[in-house]
Parts: sequence; C-alpha cells; structure tokens
Amino acid sequence: MRISTLLYTLKQGLKNVIRNKVFSLASMATIAACIFLFGLFYCVVANFRYMVKEAEAGVSVTVFFDEGISDEQIEEIGNLIKKRVEVDKVNYISADEAWNEFKEEYLGEYADGFENDNPLKDSASYEIYLKDVSMQSALVTYLESVDGIRQVNKSEFTADALSSLNSLVGYISGGVILILLAVALFLISNTVALGISVRKEEIGIMKLIGATDFIVRSPFIIEGMVIGLIGSAIPLLGIYLGYDKLINYIVEKFNILSTILKFLSVDIVFETLLPVGLIMGIGIGFVGSFWTVRRHLKV
Amino acid sequence: MIILENVSKSYSTGAPAINGASLHIKKGEFVFVVGNSGSGKSTLIKLLLKELNPTEGKITVNGTELSRIKRRKVPKFRRQMGVVFQDFRLLRDRNVYENVAFAQRVIQTPTRVIRKSVPAILSLVGLAEKYKAKPKQLSGGEQQRVAIARALVNNPSILLADEPTGNLDPKNSWEIMKLLEEVNKRGTTVLVVTHNREIVNAMQKRVITMKKGIIISDEEKGGYIYEN
Repeated sequence: MRISTLLYTLKQGLKNVIRNKVFSLASMATIAACIFLFGLFYCVVANFRYMVKEAEAGVSVTVFFDEGISDEQIEEIGNLIKKRVEVDKVNYISADEAWNEFKEEYLGEYADGFENDNPLKDSASYEIYLKDVSMQSALVTYLESVDGIRQVNKSEFTADALSSLNSLVGYISGGVILILLAVALFLISNTVALGISVRKEEIGIMKLIGATDFIVRSPFIIEGMVIGLIGSAIPLLGIYLGYDKLINYIVEKFNILSTILKFLSVDIVFETLLPVGLIMGIGIGFVGSFWTVRRHLKV
Repeated sequence: MIILENVSKSYSTGAPAINGASLHIKKGEFVFVVGNSGSGKSTLIKLLLKELNPTEGKITVNGTELSRIKRRKVPKFRRQMGVVFQDFRLLRDRNVYENVAFAQRVIQTPTRVIRKSVPAILSLVGLAEKYKAKPKQLSGGEQQRVAIARALVNNPSILLADEPTGNLDPKNSWEIMKLLEEVNKRGTTVLVVTHNREIVNAMQKRVITMKKGIIISDEEKGGYIYEN
C-alpha cells in the first residue's frame, strides 16, 4: 500500500471518529470503563499473587520427635520427608541450635542462669518448606501418621483461603470484564454502523469509481481501532498515576497488616498491564468495527 | 466495446426490467439511450457497471465478459468506466479539487500524479478557477461539470451518464452536452441516458429507444421517437 493511501485511510478514520463524536465518546467511555476495571482487577490479582508467593516462601511445617528417639531414627524420618512430592526443602534443627536461637531471640543476658542446661533438649526438629502452600494439609496428615513424630506445627497462615480468594477475584473480574467487553463491542458496532449510514453516498461513489473493498472498509476499521486505543489509554494513564497513591493509602490505613501487605511497584505491574490493556482496547475496536463492516458494508 | 447478447434482468417481483436486449456499441461512439420511466435505462447502466447481474444473456465490456469477473476484480473493472448522475453525487464537505482528487485517491493514485491530473481535467471542464469552491457555492451546471471531471480524471474508456441534464436548465444542459461531445471527440465512448427530447433531436447521434425493458429502436442518427 502506498504511503499516501495509508495516510488517506488514517485521515478518513480519524474524521469518522470526529464526525460521530457522541457515539465515539460513548464507545470510548465504555471501553475505558472496561479497561479500567480490567486494570484494577489485574492490579488486585497481581498483588495478591505476589503476596501469596511472598507468604508461601516463609511458610513451613515443623515436626518434633518422640522423647528419647535416636539420631538414626531422626535421619530416617528426614529421608521419608524428603521423598514427599509436597516438599521443597528440609532443614534439620538440632536441640542445641533450637536452644541457642531461643536464647538469642527471647532471653538475651538472662540466658546465663541456665549455664549448660538445655531446657529444649527434646526439641530437635525438621523445618519443612513446601513447593506449594495448598499442599500443606496433605503433608501434615501424612506427618501425623509417621512413627517417632510427637508433634507437627503448621503455619497459622491460611494459605488455602488466600488461594481461594485469589481464584474468586479472578473469576469475578473475568465475568465483569466479559460483560463490559460485550457492551463495548455492541457500542462500537453501533458507532461504526452509524458512520456507514452517514457516509452511504460517499461509499456508493467510491464503489462506482472502482475503490477496492480494502479502501472502502479500512477507514471504519481505523475508526474502531482509534476509539479502542483512546478508550484504553485514558484508564491506563489514570491507573498509572493513581497506583502509588492508592498503595500508600492502603498501607497507611491497614498498617496492622504491614507484614502481609506487600505490593508490586507500578512499573512491574505495567510491564504486563500496559501492553495487555492497549491490545485489549485496540482489539475490541478492531473486532467490533470489522464485524460491523462485514455485516453492513457489502462492497 | 459494449456488447449485450439477449440480456434480461428480472427482479423478484413484477415484469422484467430488461427483456432480451441485444446491442453492440463500438469504441468511440456517442449513444443516447431514451425511454420513459421504468423502461429499463437505469437498469442497463447498473448492468454495465456490474452493480447488477443479468438474469439471462451475456454482457461484454472491452472484451471482458462480465459474468466471468470475480467479485474482488469488480473494482478494477469499474475503473475502465466513468459515471455521471442526474443528482451529481458530489461530496458536500469537500471542495472541487478534493471531489475530483477523491476519484484518484480511492484507486491509490500517487499524490504527485493527482497534483497534475486534477488541474488538467478541471481546465477541460472549465472550472480551473473554481477549484477551491464547495459544491453548494456552484450552479447546477458547474456541479455537473465537477461530476464529469471526477468521472474522467482516471481516463476511462467509457463514460456512462445517467440523466446528466435532468436537474439543469436548457442553457446548462446544452453546455454539459457539448462537454460530453468534446469528451467523445477525444476518444471516449459516451453513453447518455436521457429524457431530453430537444437535445437528442438536435445532436443527431445514435439513439437506442427502450420501452418496458425492450429495445424498440436503434437508429444511427436518430431522434427522440418515444411516445407515452
């Protein structure tokens, strides 16, 4: 295609947007709402996943052994645990290590009174890290059935609930976005159909002069894509500018949860959100206008 | 150049718009097609432009049988023809230059060619001075000249004019017909559908008369013989 033809097509597409400004604005607003919600849900889901991942990294199951158990038996239990599919990493913490850590963390200078006694002499343990927190309950059930294990301490952290909530947010956002997509497609289709009816005479002349299908149809496709581009760029810009402020607000408001609430930076979020959001917007515009042109514009 | 062999066109309701029409128009001819409303004149133009397909018969234009042209090749075929209508069909939001250039833009003519060919064709139709005017600033005759310039700017071998003087006063009608005659003298085959008895009788060109879809007369230097 010639550059002059490309420029002509682009110019006509932009003119269409301006000519049908009311419908164009309505379509842009719908796409903007759609992409804004998508952006918000994406931010929530991405941060949720990040928090879950961060939390998972710190989650472990600790097992303590029966009193008087031999080192060989402890090692044997360790081997059994390492073979489990749920297990990512196993750390052995001897009774001495456990006591030293306790002293350091809680007793400080008062530990001197204990001299060489180790009140935690039966507190040797395995610290087990999981590949996926959702496997925690299966592993705990297994560990509780193993001979020689006195006690299994699992994390208070409700990983399963977080995972479920994560999925729920995903499903709800998916549903809402699908509905908005349908509305946006419908509105773009109406805008383009109106443009076709307004330019009926021009289209008729073009056909008689010998314009190809591509030349007749492409301004309308461009119109849809421009609407999609503007409709997606505005909410993305809004999210970009408002993201840090929102995060700061949440952190301040829910300071008590600061150990759990860990957020991704706006740049990391936008590495995915920006291209996906723009492609979605332009894609909605393209699909809506292409479908309408095929339906209403028999060349 | 244009050959119709036993061509008929029927719509789903009513009598056939064209019924068994056969004719042969040679290259460089000037032909009037006359007839009352509903005689099939406009259908004939639509068939020649391949806007419609005949129900029966064969149409050949410039050696190409129209039924063999694939849908995607129709635009290329249409570039061999220029069309002028009674209602001018100009783009009201564009000036004279843009209206004529439009015909070249949509067939992807390079801009440098458009810059030369549009002023040249506007000179031919006598509107070189008014290239910036919008259609509403022009008289009916001038608007029809713009339409003729647009039809001719791509150098078609055939010019189809559907009632080109239908909306014009006698003076402007004559000017348009003289322009079409001039175009014909330059080698373009011209086919004019008209009701204008005075012009047809005065110009002494070939006249094809249609009635209820049938060609009832075809005379080399004919007159307007049709009566209601």
